[in-house]
Amino acid sequence: MTTRDRIEDIETIGKPNVENPFISAKNVNVHYGDNHAIKDVSLQIAKNQVIALIGPSGCGKSTFIRCINRMNDTIDIAKITGKILLDGEDIYSQKLDPVILRARVGMVFQKPNPFPKSIYDNVAYGPRIHGLAKDRNELDEIVINSLQKAGLYEEVSDRLDESGLSLSGGQQQRLCIARTIAVNPEVILMDEPCSALDPIATARIENLIDELSEKFSIVIVTHSMQQAARVSQRVAYFHLGRLVEVDDTEKVFTNPSHILTQDYITGRIG
Amino acid sequence: MFLDYILLENTENNMSKNNLPLSTQQKVKKSLSSRYKKETLFRFFGLSALSAGIIFLVVFFYSVLSQGVSAFSQTYISLEVDFSDNLVVKNNKIDSIDSNYDAIIRSALRERFPEVKNRQDRRELYKLISIGAVYQLIDHLDMSPGDIGYRKILSFPTSSDVDMYVKGNIDRKLDESKRPLTNNQMMWIDELLEKDEIKMKFNSALFSNGDSREPELAGIYSALKGSFFMLFITLIVSFPVGIAAAVYLEEFAPKNKISDLIEVNINNLAAVPSIVFGLLGLAVFINWFGIPRSSPLVGGLVLSLLTLPVIIISSRAAITAIPPSIKEAALGVGASHMQVVAHHILPLAFPGMLTGAIIGMSRALGESAPLLMIGMVAFIVDIPSGITDPSSALPVQIYLWADSPERAFAERTSAAIIVLLGFLFTMNLLAIYLRRKFERKW
Repeated sequence: MTTRDRIEDIETIGKPNVENPFISAKNVNVHYGDNHAIKDVSLQIAKNQVIALIGPSGCGKSTFIRCINRMNDTIDIAKITGKILLDGEDIYSQKLDPVILRARVGMVFQKPNPFPKSIYDNVAYGPRIHGLAKDRNELDEIVINSLQKAGLYEEVSDRLDESGLSLSGGQQQRLCIARTIAVNPEVILMDEPCSALDPIATARIENLIDELSEKFSIVIVTHSMQQAARVSQRVAYFHLGRLVEVDDTEKVFTNPSHILTQDYITGRIG
Repeated sequence: MFLDYILLENTENNMSKNNLPLSTQQKVKKSLSSRYKKETLFRFFGLSALSAGIIFLVVFFYSVLSQGVSAFSQTYISLEVDFSDNLVVKNNKIDSIDSNYDAIIRSALRERFPEVKNRQDRRELYKLISIGAVYQLIDHLDMSPGDIGYRKILSFPTSSDVDMYVKGNIDRKLDESKRPLTNNQMMWIDELLEKDEIKMKFNSALFSNGDSREPELAGIYSALKGSFFMLFITLIVSFPVGIAAAVYLEEFAPKNKISDLIEVNINNLAAVPSIVFGLLGLAVFINWFGIPRSSPLVGGLVLSLLTLPVIIISSRAAITAIPPSIKEAALGVGASHMQVVAHHILPLAFPGMLTGAIIGMSRALGESAPLLMIGMVAFIVDIPSGITDPSSALPVQIYLWADSPERAFAERTSAAIIVLLGFLFTMNLLAIYLRRKFERKW
């Protein structure tokens, strides 16, 4: 029996539900044209917790987190069914503007993508468009505060006017994190934030994720199982569009229940 | 042919001649020299294509410059004129109707050459001076009325034939009946030249006059102003419309059959012969909207139709060249679609859009065929003072002058080409400068 045959009739095992869920996805299906990218995924995410989504390439983990801030709306052929509740509110309801949603659910992308503007303007962009600061002083405060939280302020404090593109890759990614937290979101989605970084920069970002989890709920997609083990409290394993297993990080990495999870974390597939 | 040759050679190389198995190294070595030969051959073709292009360019510049530069100077004859005679002064002002300016110049010429008595000869003598000299005299008296009643040495523009002779464009060995100057005229000019009474001055008429039947009076100012007005109209119409269309098509339009059709049509429009746009302009702008014909307004509108596809295509290319990650980043912090466009797409694509606009504008500047249909290929003497006055355009002026039989118009044609090229270069330099300036900001 191949993996593909087994996947069609699996139920998510482990603990997909949590007490007091902040985000809860119910029977989410995503189609890109004919491609059924996510199949019937139900997952709850608690507040101030880091959940890591792992799985082989093309398993739908990125697609899933892009559903949480409706980033898939920008793809014409994407079709999403099911329900995602953020703090009890349906994010796909007509009443909710994606602009408001994205202010509450920030996102850090795989490749550092600072705007070709100054470091200051990069961080100030979100607060500016949402009108979060009354005056320049308040904006300065938000920018400095966000850069400090992202662990970047000391390195760039004397060159806030320089282009964000002049920074190194790791610094750029921290700048992107600062840009995201400047809007003060409730959830931060991270789509493989360290895949383009060297080990030292990766370590810094991982420490940062630890600190940020005190204030934000974080959903991180990662290809590195070590990273998932280091930063997350819960792990969700995706396979070919299905959510196979969700459990506490320790449980998944020490004693996975599903054979697919076991295969993946022991390196037999992936 | 060339490709066949390559293919044949390759198959030959792969076969070993004495059926002994060859090592990879030997095979590579065998094929190496022919590979390098091909590379050398390819380089040679590329280099010869490039040098052919450069040679054509140099020949073109040389012929235009060598013919046209002389048109920037004009021959003048110094004559002592007498302002005490032939002028009628009423109320301290010269009465320009009763005053005989022609006679002033003629008597000055007769004084200079007292030996010319014969009526026929005198008529030949008068022909040395341009008929435009009268206007210069009037202008001079307007500027310095204190000269009335005195004698004064002034220089007057010569007729174009004299100008050509002095510039060495008339062969003196030709039979008298075959050249525009008679033996007497040539003798007088030679005498003036010897005594240093003929001077070359900057040909200001070329830049301050409209078209004229007399080459020494003909200028490009009216055409230049017409072209300027037209380009202005073209810019303010096609740039905003083109950018708006490009942004809408790239960012907002739903991708379906209709938008595909529009895209194909825009690309087709860019390839439509320009004279067709002229016909459209005639039918729509002149016959339907009633815009005055021959005016820069209608010309500018026709040229905007011509430049629109160019601007739309290059603007769309500039928009698609922006990495999608920037758009995602802005959306990710909660920017609305319009904010993404205004804050990121437009500023980042602007240098590319500008380049497209300038390319379109230079095409518009050099266009003359569509102007044919809307009455702008015309003999316009007056300087247009607004966008609804009749005017011509620089390329049209070049075309009209190139068609004129006078030798002096040939050098003016080249001079006008030099001016047109000068404007094109300036526009391109400006485009490069602006592009660099905008790019440095990001």
